[in-house]
Amino acid sequence: MSKIDIKLCGVGGQGILSIATVLGEAATAAGLQLKQAEVHGMSQRGGDVQSDLRLSTDAIWSDLIPLGGADLIISMEPMEALRYLPYLAPDGAIVTSGKPFVNIPNYPDEAALFAELDALPHVVRLDIEAVARDSGLPKSANMVLLGMAAPYIGLLPEESLRGAIARVFSRKGEAVVEANLKAFALGLEHSKQVSK
Amino acid sequence: MSEKRLLLGDEAVALGALYAGLSGVYAYPGTPSTEITEYIQQSPLARERGVRSRWCTNEKTAMEAALGMSYAGKRALVCMKHVGMNVCADAFVNAAITGVKGGLVVLAADDPSMHSSQNEQDSRFYGKFAMVPIFEPSSQQEAFEMVGDAFRLSEALRLPVLMRLVTRLAHSRAAVQIGEPQAQNGLAPDDERGRWVLLPGIAKRQYASLIAKQEEIQAGAEASVYNRLEIPGQARDDEKGAGQDDKLGVIAVGIGYNYVRESLPAGVSVLKVSLYPIPAKQVRELAAHCSRVLVVEDGQPFVEEQVKGLLGPDYPVRGRFSGELPRTGELTPDCVAAALGVALPTPHERAHNLAARPPQLCQGCGHRDVYTALNRVAAEFPGARIFGDIGCYTLGALPPFQAIDSCVDMGASITMAKGAADAGLRPAIAVIGDSTFTHSGMTGLLDAVNDHSAITVIISDNLTTAMTGGQDSAGTHKFEAICLALGVERDHLHVVVPLPANMEEITRILREEIAYEGVSVIIPQRECMQTLGRKLRQKKQQ
Repeated sequence: MSKIDIKLCGVGGQGILSIATVLGEAATAAGLQLKQAEVHGMSQRGGDVQSDLRLSTDAIWSDLIPLGGADLIISMEPMEALRYLPYLAPDGAIVTSGKPFVNIPNYPDEAALFAELDALPHVVRLDIEAVARDSGLPKSANMVLLGMAAPYIGLLPEESLRGAIARVFSRKGEAVVEANLKAFALGLEHSKQVSK
Repeated sequence: MSEKRLLLGDEAVALGALYAGLSGVYAYPGTPSTEITEYIQQSPLARERGVRSRWCTNEKTAMEAALGMSYAGKRALVCMKHVGMNVCADAFVNAAITGVKGGLVVLAADDPSMHSSQNEQDSRFYGKFAMVPIFEPSSQQEAFEMVGDAFRLSEALRLPVLMRLVTRLAHSRAAVQIGEPQAQNGLAPDDERGRWVLLPGIAKRQYASLIAKQEEIQAGAEASVYNRLEIPGQARDDEKGAGQDDKLGVIAVGIGYNYVRESLPAGVSVLKVSLYPIPAKQVRELAAHCSRVLVVEDGQPFVEEQVKGLLGPDYPVRGRFSGELPRTGELTPDCVAAALGVALPTPHERAHNLAARPPQLCQGCGHRDVYTALNRVAAEFPGARIFGDIGCYTLGALPPFQAIDSCVDMGASITMAKGAADAGLRPAIAVIGDSTFTHSGMTGLLDAVNDHSAITVIISDNLTTAMTGGQDSAGTHKFEAICLALGVERDHLHVVVPLPANMEEITRILREEIAYEGVSVIIPQRECMQTLGRKLRQKKQQ
């Protein structure tokens, strides 16, 4: 049996569900089993949001990832990545945006936050919004993040993720597909650089 | 033809209903049930078949209209969040007395852990109270298939049936294998007045008939594929031997079955329960194979209590009452593993640099301007109380506004303000949203008008049902007319535009109306930022 459990998180409105949609599309095309618990409703209004995505070659039972079970945390926001630490497996990885989203008065000290984050094994962080903006892809920050996460998702080869991006965004036109593929490539490149 | 689709639990219910020949869905939006009706509203099959799917004013109007469609011979679905069952309880319970003609499935989506709710009441109690069968799927696939079976059972028994979801299934996605859609029922109104006119003489007969059906309902649950006893081969052999060893049996209910299977130790027997009344025969069989039973159910200890009654005081039954599982909150794979005696690793401690991030009103939202104005004026009246209601604007309870003193149930802002005003409290101010007002606020406003109560009512109108994602609101563009018709005086009814630029005007009107010893209504009216943004994006795409 081969499986990966991914905790997706961020702040309501940041677009974690489109990352989940691409992963779901890729997993379905690859013939994998999938369960994805989403958050809808009140917490979408600027609060913390998370989604449990479980992929496996065999039957998946629980819709939720158990404590210490997540192979990967993908986060649109650095403090939100830390929120789900008890769910991270001993050798799990964190792939996160490096840009704090400060919409609360008591946001932690950023230096301390990054020190705690970087002390963990397998952390990749990048200011994805800046990278996306500087590359002329302001709406594709979440695909930069997905690209960063790609090397940690052994069950889904890079090609299958590219194919899924193309299919998911095809409704919005060729330009949007191209922008998202380019964003994905930027994130992937960054991840490969830092893990060298 | 058969295909697989990736569906939320809610969407699986919607598609299952459409494939079972649904003719109408009746619902008021409420997390986590909203996506059922939305899926049907957007379904090409529903459009092709003319399935009725517009939002209803509240759960009671929804339930009654669905009963009417059933009376006319067609299959109808009613969807709501758990607290919606309180609103439609009168119609629901009495629909079990009249019975139905076309299949009637009532879907209640419970919210254990209160992700988006004010309580975690368990809808199964309503099903038992009304004495009807209750379905509770464990997976998206089962949800899809179950709806069809629920309609068939409803028509066979001539009773409404309840189907219960919990948030984690409603909002979790998985692949669902679907088959061929079946035809809708034709128009075939019932003509037995002796069932439908619930005068006491008829009601007594109907109630007796409902009770007489209970034996058949019980036998059906015990024979159903949805209730399945899984006894591992090894356990059967052991049982024939000593039979005295400590041996655990698990009753895994609804979605609880998934958590049990996630970490089930070898050799443990499991009774999977997805159709009520609880299958007493299988419960006794499980108990006979084991020396103790653990009940794993999401919500309140509904099954645990009944199993205790079935097995008697000496048989050890464990679950939420006994403390093996937490008494409150939704099930998790972690708490179920612990109850099964399976230790899970927790390699990482909670992080230190962490702060809570509660939801908040969107930037630019009109409710923000309403609370800014209210806080400014209320500060001038030390005795002021602001009675809130259910919707996005409940977030006015949190910083930076901290503006409201209560939030109880749909519509309670107006009626609680009225009661407090009757008691002498001044000023008594109610804040209610547009959709909540038409759901349950109008009757309370009529009471206040008739009593000439000294209240100031703010109907904060954003032209949508925003909290649940921007569904149509029943009273849009009708609020002034409604208030006037209910007897609110023209001089004490104001429509304003909640914007910082209008703060002087809004606070002046508030002050004047607070001073008035009667009913005043102020309607701040400005479209929700979310629906406005969505419309602009759609326009741009076209």
